[in-house]
Amino acid sequence: MSNESTRFDRIPADDAEREALDDPEMATREEVLAFWEDRYGVPPETFEEYTFWERGSGKIWAFRGDAPSPVDIEGLGMTFLRTRQEHWKPTTDAVQRFGRHATEQVIHLDGDQATAFVAGEDQEIPEWDGDWGYLIVTHDLAGEPEPLGVGLYLHDELRSQIPKGRRREL
Amino acid sequence: MDVLSRYEPIVDDVEAFRAACERPLPAVVRVNTIKASVERARRALEDEGIAVDPVDWHPGMFRLPDDQPGANWPYFHGWIYGQEEVSAVPARVLDPEPGERVWDAAAAPGSKTSQLAALMDDRGVVVATDSNLGRLSALRTNAERLGITNVAVTHEDARVHSLKPFDGEEYDRALVDVPCSCEGTIRKNPDTLDEWTEDHVQGISGVQKGILTRAIQATREGGTVVYSTCTFAPEENEAVLDYALDEEDCRLVDFEIPLDSRPGVTEWDGDEYDPSVEKAKRIYPHHNDTGGFFCAKLEVEG
Repeated sequence: MSNESTRFDRIPADDAEREALDDPEMATREEVLAFWEDRYGVPPETFEEYTFWERGSGKIWAFRGDAPSPVDIEGLGMTFLRTRQEHWKPTTDAVQRFGRHATEQVIHLDGDQATAFVAGEDQEIPEWDGDWGYLIVTHDLAGEPEPLGVGLYLHDELRSQIPKGRRREL
Repeated sequence: MDVLSRYEPIVDDVEAFRAACERPLPAVVRVNTIKASVERARRALEDEGIAVDPVDWHPGMFRLPDDQPGANWPYFHGWIYGQEEVSAVPARVLDPEPGERVWDAAAAPGSKTSQLAALMDDRGVVVATDSNLGRLSALRTNAERLGITNVAVTHEDARVHSLKPFDGEEYDRALVDVPCSCEGTIRKNPDTLDEWTEDHVQGISGVQKGILTRAIQATREGGTVVYSTCTFAPEENEAVLDYALDEEDCRLVDFEIPLDSRPGVTEWDGDEYDPSVEKAKRIYPHHNDTGGFFCAKLEVEG
């Protein structure tokens, strides 16, 4: 596994490729695509042009294109997904970019709820009847739903996962 | 010292020039077409009661006469980026196409990197380089908010930029929007001139020459390099081009921009430059009511 701060390794395509790496915890491309499809209904072809990379432990990046692996640079595409923990977690930026393709585990907020959410507030939303865990949170903007980011839904409560630096009082 | 007076010999209508330099500029935003259409971004701004005034020469740029960009929904979603309108010129002159390899040699904090990515429809690759880690972190944050996925960020001195991480592949185009003495930005930052010194101009022109020559070397034969600054100083503009024309296989080419401009100057302070530097464009604050800018387009030869 890579612990070097600027080293990106392309993740293995599947189980067979991973076996050669001697790193059973590393996510595979197959698993990443399955995660988005199984949990959120995002079709795998959405990411056809993308390669996935790990830098540090468990942080997956999505790059639209390819590069020699490993590559020692500061950034490659966008941060995309946290793996190597019990529940994988998409980043705010990935959800804003790809969340519009989601059909499941999408919670839609009204204006006041959306404002509270991007300010970083947790709120009671007992009427949600989908799964618990990380949800894709949307609101209406310019006439259509638009993804805001990730919320953690537990015990009737939606916890904002907007990173501190992205929070806004709107 | 009165820095602007040194440019009186090369500026027409000195009074209008000085008056324009003292007027502040409105906030301007560019729509990030990777995430939203121009119409949807405009509607989102108007839905919040934010007045928008289209920039007539650049589709998808809006002046916000009463507001600052940062605290509204379209900003949060990465649909807009605050960018002075004249600074949108060089990426459009470079005119990258989807699928190409492009180098942004002095990229942070990322207004032009993100504009290049949008012009390329987020396809191909923009290698964004900066020597300062703090500014690079701002670039990364901006690129992520804008949802850009075709950018590769490198931390290095652009003068010794390495093609190694990408197996030595050359670029189709390079944008060389270099650090400069920035007099062209005084309408936004009136303090700019307080720290101006002739020594700084001389020192920074050495850096500019180094970055431009590296960009020409790293670009394939027939590829395009755009050189730009936000200064009026010929030492940092035409003199840098003159140096590159001498040192590297390249030529200056004609180009059009939808703004009023003046040709590059061939004489300054006792020096004479290659006559082709006239193909460069000087954009003055009083001609279009913008900031000041300098822009030149080069073709790389064999």
